[in-house]
Amino acid sequence: MKRIGVFVCHCGTNIANTVDCANVAEVAKDFPGVVYSCDYKYMCSEPGQVMIQEAIREHNLDGYVVAACSPRMHEPTFRKCAERAGMNPYMVEQVNIREQCSWVHADKTKGTGKSIDITRMGVAKVAQNEPLFSTTIPVTKRALVIGAGIAGIQAAIDIADAGYPVTLLDREHSMGGKMAQVDKTFPTLDCSACILTPKMVEAAQHPNIEIVTYAEVEAVDGFVGNFDVTIRKKARYVDVNKCTGCGLCSEKCPKKVASEFEMNLGTRKAIYVPFPQAVPNKPVIDAKNCRFLLDGKCGVCKKVCPTGAVDYEQKDEVIVERFGSIVVATGFEQFDISKYEEYGAGRIPDVITGLHLERLMNASGPTMGKIKRPSDGKVPEKIVFIKCVGSRDEAKGRPYCSRACCMYVAKHATLIKEKIPTSKSYIFYMDVRTAGKNYEEFYARTQNEYDAQYIRGRVSKIFQVGDKLIVRGEDSLLGRPVEIEADLVVLAAGMDPQQDAKDLARTLGISYDQHGWFTEAHPKLRPVETHTAGIFLAGACQGPKDIPDSVAQASAAAVKAAGLLSKKELTAEAQTAGCNEAYCSGCGLCVAICPYKAIELKRISERVHGGTRERQVSSVNQGLCQGCGACSVACPSSAMNLKGFSNDQILAEVDALCQR
Amino acid sequence: MSAVDEKKVNAAGQPDPNWEPNIVGFACNWCTYAGADLAGLSRMQYPPNVKLIRVPCSGRANPQFVLRAFQKGADGVLVAGCHPGDCHYATGNYFTRRRFLLFQRLLEFSGIDPRRFQARWISGAEAPKFRDVVTQMAEEVKALGPNRKLREEL
Repeated sequence: MKRIGVFVCHCGTNIANTVDCANVAEVAKDFPGVVYSCDYKYMCSEPGQVMIQEAIREHNLDGYVVAACSPRMHEPTFRKCAERAGMNPYMVEQVNIREQCSWVHADKTKGTGKSIDITRMGVAKVAQNEPLFSTTIPVTKRALVIGAGIAGIQAAIDIADAGYPVTLLDREHSMGGKMAQVDKTFPTLDCSACILTPKMVEAAQHPNIEIVTYAEVEAVDGFVGNFDVTIRKKARYVDVNKCTGCGLCSEKCPKKVASEFEMNLGTRKAIYVPFPQAVPNKPVIDAKNCRFLLDGKCGVCKKVCPTGAVDYEQKDEVIVERFGSIVVATGFEQFDISKYEEYGAGRIPDVITGLHLERLMNASGPTMGKIKRPSDGKVPEKIVFIKCVGSRDEAKGRPYCSRACCMYVAKHATLIKEKIPTSKSYIFYMDVRTAGKNYEEFYARTQNEYDAQYIRGRVSKIFQVGDKLIVRGEDSLLGRPVEIEADLVVLAAGMDPQQDAKDLARTLGISYDQHGWFTEAHPKLRPVETHTAGIFLAGACQGPKDIPDSVAQASAAAVKAAGLLSKKELTAEAQTAGCNEAYCSGCGLCVAICPYKAIELKRISERVHGGTRERQVSSVNQGLCQGCGACSVACPSSAMNLKGFSNDQILAEVDALCQR
Repeated sequence: MSAVDEKKVNAAGQPDPNWEPNIVGFACNWCTYAGADLAGLSRMQYPPNVKLIRVPCSGRANPQFVLRAFQKGADGVLVAGCHPGDCHYATGNYFTRRRFLLFQRLLEFSGIDPRRFQARWISGAEAPKFRDVVTQMAEEVKALGPNRKLREEL
């Protein structure tokens, strides 16, 4: 039988007013195992703690119960108090007679009765407590950033500036992400490339940053501080070490295909650099379109290359590297507008998306910055914008707001007026949401100085008559139908998660919501952490975001990642699951239920009847386990148990509460 | 025992007017336990019948614990955790939801009124909801009278 102490706190008058603390301490003396019990005005105070420590020594206590405020408040205090007296900190239980008793029950008799009950519960639990020890895990002082858009770049630079090596990985050929495709940025209208390119160069030249483009994460093993990441570097067919980026190969390549970067409005070659400012500025051969790789005929690029960098034999390379923390910054995809049949989206060439318009406005875009209709190259005079296409539309499975569209439409209307002064923009909207610094002012200028006409209502149909697009909708403020003969229609397409976001989430062991956005650990208080320790989120992969928000979140994620790397070693949670191998049948139910991929099956050999036998049992990785206890409930043989909240401990509590 | 030794049942098995039900609650550390703490901080008043056992996650509450509570004489059992989708451990309360919806029907099949066993979602901000849930449950179980099913001494 353990020797247990009970310490009842008055918390001044907070508890003592409605609970007879002396009576609780007196009754507790008779609980099984209790050898010492007392009450005191403030247990958490210095004298209170000294009193507890003296009692531990004097009465040779194995564990104690403190009946006081919520353990969510002072559990660490009383655990440390035990430690100072040489007692294992996990031999302490705190029962809550303040928040859940004295403050909510004005009747002193009832309050005292309940206090006695829950103190008995605490004593019963402590009698079952076992000393627990935290393990420490080493930290690999390197970070991986997945996705080299603006969020990934910012996160990588911040971690690198903090002094830790960073690998910045992107599956595209170049860094830059979606921001590289954007022409100008709201609300300041500075050119996107002018602010992004220096960042890309800074990252590329940073001594602590290694850029790995055209590569994907295939598998992630390990746990916080020690992730083993399998990276597939796809074959570029160009030796980046030999290539000088002179561009002769692209110039001479005979094969032209539609450029993805230009939203198929322009062309590129089969060996190409996606855009002029690309970093690294080294070409890649598109194997699906290269004549040599398809038919073995051509080989022009290899012939013209002055450094002999073209290598048709190159193969994918798979590497495994270890990182201490991971920042996920995989961004978004533009919503596929062809889901809006009624707008002729995908059918009518002059119904385009915001990103198409960005390319049409960009000085290095397919039209050299002249806004021309994709169908006939005519300069449009009347432009209709439709907002919330693929946002706030339950019918299309996108109930959320994409947050950036209101502002980018205002930006487009402003820029179009500057480029085509005789033009007129009509903007169909549901609401205008401009919550950001200087956003509302920008929106007001768009209306007042750039003459954009905002029409509240939805468009029901768009169809072609001659070379005009008839946009039919409703003005819900005037309550009447509207029809506009437009030259160009721009759909403010919302943001979608990356199509394979869920696959990546499963690879990383992080969670995602019903749409595919990665879920943060807490929507308000832990916005950049995931539920998996050591993995952080930055930018639009967590939910629609504009550039300022993405950058802010990236820096926040970088601090979290660098903070983790700054530790010599990590203290693992002591209250973790553990498997009693003698009971374990190796069924693997716990493996499937574990949200942290902390459990795996291992083979053990044991001696049975003079021979050795091999069998499977579960094994918990203490570094990964967060102590939720899901496995212990799933386990059919009670082999799996959660330390600190074991079956025996909880059953003892149940028994104590029922026994009156 | 002191003031609480009052579980009296009259000869007809009808609850004594002074009888108070004993209800065991399993509250997840992150949502419901925090909600109960907030109810305290807000000095809300509710009957003292529900006593909470703190568990890391509502998914830690094993149906076995519920059976044990009824076996040992509890008149009601409450399992409460974060709202589905808000679980601190990502998926724990989804298991709670499936497990206990089914379990409630099983208990009903065994003759235990479903009002005696409830699984509820109470967030750390929902102090009023916590108060309402425990108040309602205390009243309902009191009206039902002492639980006699599954008890080992009967």
